[in-house]
Amino acid sequence: MRGVNAALGAAGLAAFLALGEAVPRLGLVEEDHFPPTSRIADALGTELADGAFWAALGDTLTGWALGLAIAVGAGIVVGVVISVVPYLREATASTIEFLRPIPSVALIPLAVLLYGTGLRSVLLLVVYASFWQVLIQVLYGVQDVDPVAEETARSYGLGPWARIRHVLWPTALPYVMTGVRLAAAVALILAVTAELVIGVPGLGARIAVAQTSQAVPEMYALIVVAGLLGLLINVGARSVERRALAWHQSVRGEVAA
Amino acid sequence: MLDVRGLRKVYEGSGRRTEAVRDLTFTVGAGELVCLVGPSGCGKTTLLKCVGGLLAPTAGEVTLAGRKVDGPPPGTAFVFQEYGRSLFPWMRVGANVELPLKQKGLGTSRRRELVADALESVGLADAAGAYPWQLSGGMQQRVAIARALAYEPDVLLMDEPFAAVDAQTRADLEDLVRGLWRERGITVLFVTHDIDEAVYLGERVIVLSSSPTVVQEQLEVDLPLERDQLSTRVAPRFAELRTHVYERIQAAKRGAATRPAGTDAPPPR
Repeated sequence: MRGVNAALGAAGLAAFLALGEAVPRLGLVEEDHFPPTSRIADALGTELADGAFWAALGDTLTGWALGLAIAVGAGIVVGVVISVVPYLREATASTIEFLRPIPSVALIPLAVLLYGTGLRSVLLLVVYASFWQVLIQVLYGVQDVDPVAEETARSYGLGPWARIRHVLWPTALPYVMTGVRLAAAVALILAVTAELVIGVPGLGARIAVAQTSQAVPEMYALIVVAGLLGLLINVGARSVERRALAWHQSVRGEVAA
Repeated sequence: MLDVRGLRKVYEGSGRRTEAVRDLTFTVGAGELVCLVGPSGCGKTTLLKCVGGLLAPTAGEVTLAGRKVDGPPPGTAFVFQEYGRSLFPWMRVGANVELPLKQKGLGTSRRRELVADALESVGLADAAGAYPWQLSGGMQQRVAIARALAYEPDVLLMDEPFAAVDAQTRADLEDLVRGLWRERGITVLFVTHDIDEAVYLGERVIVLSSSPTVVQEQLEVDLPLERDQLSTRVAPRFAELRTHVYERIQAAKRGAATRPAGTDAPPPR
């Protein structure tokens, strides 16, 4: 069954690529704006041979990874503190609900004002967008602590810190993982956006340069790379999730007798 | 060993006052196995949580070996009814049993020894590497009991531990608890709503009234020390005792029905 699905998936992808080749060649769309698959593939090959491409890819990944790490770290710490300290959650709820929906891209002017075209502009946008994803999941996760598990821990003399470590954290972990996965995807979007709009060095900036210099196949090739990056990040996040949550019912996929 | 004096617990919340436990006084001697039995909803769990230091009583006090209980006392282990939620699903069986020992600050080799011994005692020597959710309900409750044993408690508090397992498993677990009690000399306070279970297990049965709870009666169980599911349960004395307890509980229920509501005195300070 798995093999059949994989074969179908490959066939679908092949058909899509063939369509991308045929439609411009048949003149159904303008070849200048929609180059056939083979020309995009050629451009991709040229890019892969170019050192500047790899530097741009490295810049994008640096911004993404740093921003994500900061957002995840801050989201977890802030989320746990807000949940554990009495009344803090009630006191912060309305502020969080106000700040969270602000689209990160609306902060682009601020980022330019503060940091110009430096890496820190990317970090500001990435962190702002990813932080809420993690924070909200941590808040939900902590609420999910089972009172019986909590009482068990207390009855065996586990102190506050030990209860955070052995009860609260493992309970919240599935939520945290979801938050990290969502944040990783959002972080890539924001990293590329910042590069594209502000001109911070990276894949986004390279896409902008390709576009302004009419190098259309190269532009598509870079977009394909950005898409593959997103795919890899999602696959990676899911496999980490599966490993870390082998005990969780969403992963173990069976109900105990 | 364990002294409960004038214990009263009133829950207050959202404009409602619920007096769960009115006035409970009893003692449990060292090495005794006492069953608390009462009609459902009579505050048995509340009482046990006060004894275990998980709830603060509104009035009265609990002393354990001469020391007032104002938090979970060291040397007390708790076995909950909801074994599935009391065991941590993210830890293997061995780690579950070991965790309280780490908190106690025991060394690795001593911990390993205690875990192996406790699992052996409950007949789960091979299960250390499994996750709790891979085991049956009865086995999970055995793990919870093993965790309590490994902790080497002086007092074992059990809150309707077998209410959620099937009848056959239940009989096995009853015998296990009696066996461990005789073997290890632990003081056991066992809460149940099952009259037969209380009489079969206990050396003494404390019958509680309906909520708001007082002690209805205390009863010595003069059955032989050696008990088994077949002969003990058909012994004439067993039938007499269970009938007696049953009548007391029925009386307690009727008493609750005729008692006028809303006459609670304010809690003494």
